[in-house]
Amino acid sequence: MYEFNFNRPASVADALAAVADADDGQFMAGGQTMIPVLKQRLAMPSDVVELAKIDDLKGIAVDGGTVTIGAMMTHSEVHNSSDVASAIPALADLAGMIGDPHVRNRGTIGGSVANNDPAADYPAAVVGLGATVVTDRREMAGDDFFVDLFETALAEGELITAVRFPVPDKAAYMKFPNPASRYAIVGVFVSQSGSDVRVAVTGAGPCVFRAVAMETALASDFSADAVAGIFVSGDDFNNDIHASAEYRVHLVTVMAKRAVAKAG
Amino acid sequence: MPSVSMTVNGNAVGGDIEGRTLLVDFIREHLRLTGTHVGCDTSQCGACVVHVDGTSVKSCTMLALQADGCQVETIESLADGDTLHPMQEAFREHHGLQCGFCTPGMVMTAVAMAKENPNLTESDVRRGLEGNFCRCTGYQNIVESIVAGAKAMQG
Repeated sequence: MYEFNFNRPASVADALAAVADADDGQFMAGGQTMIPVLKQRLAMPSDVVELAKIDDLKGIAVDGGTVTIGAMMTHSEVHNSSDVASAIPALADLAGMIGDPHVRNRGTIGGSVANNDPAADYPAAVVGLGATVVTDRREMAGDDFFVDLFETALAEGELITAVRFPVPDKAAYMKFPNPASRYAIVGVFVSQSGSDVRVAVTGAGPCVFRAVAMETALASDFSADAVAGIFVSGDDFNNDIHASAEYRVHLVTVMAKRAVAKAG
Repeated sequence: MPSVSMTVNGNAVGGDIEGRTLLVDFIREHLRLTGTHVGCDTSQCGACVVHVDGTSVKSCTMLALQADGCQVETIESLADGDTLHPMQEAFREHHGLQCGFCTPGMVMTAVAMAKENPNLTESDVRRGLEGNFCRCTGYQNIVESIVAGAKAMQG
């Protein structure tokens, strides 16, 4: 790791200023991806601006059909939240599937969403529930937020403050995890809210995406059988030592069936 | 250099450190508490697990400055003189180790698991060990040790 200046601001305004004033400032949430990246010298920020002391980035609020989760809430906190578990059990469930217990005690929803790892779990929930990403300056629909491999719609120096999830009628997440890292080789999040069905796929391609053909089929028949014969295109799928693109195509359908069955 | 202060195993400690100093390096190199091990140094193996404010963390994936003001517990905090902690005793009794390298992280993970859920089942334990690697035992005796240790901690 290269040396850096370490900042620990107590407010969003101070955090934004610290990054703006630095030669090359970088926010750090739970650090579960960023510290390994720094160790490998894949990044060399002049200033690391750590967000753990900012109370405005914490908390979980359930209000009129939405669940708003502060950006610095850890995966353990979301997993163990009775408010999340009763409003959107699939979301609490997903948070408990991320990494391992120690990673879940440090990693945060804001960090995961901002990083947009192609195999991360939270992007599937954000897109699969039609959530809104709230930043210091605007709100963005989840559908518009994730752009490409490790790329989001965040501007330079823009900070995620919360993610707001609408409460669906039902939802579920299923993933086929890498047995070592627990990252999703393929993860599928399905939700139904009235006539609106969403199917979001993570792990398979360079970025989370919606399986539109599955959504259409589920809108008229919300059953595992409805998606059993639907296979997404794997043209841009990841093809690595963990799974071939062809296998990932197969897994998307299998995980979608299981998620629909789990949602009930 | 920035300064850091925290409580480690009940003792107030501190010092001037580089921003990039990992918590595990502060514990091992500055405090000379070498019970906490560095296995993979890539956030996977769990040999470096310590408790920070009561929750288990991988101390190779946390900066020492992030633990400023925190209560940190390492493997050295468990035994009372020559009397082993019930979880350590359970690992000894059930032969929950071979080479012993992963053991500090296993025991600290086990204690955190047992505090959260005193009635651990075998499947709870196997799931709770997803972040801890052992290259010797095949886990069977580790799991038995933790189930027994969690029971012993209640008594």
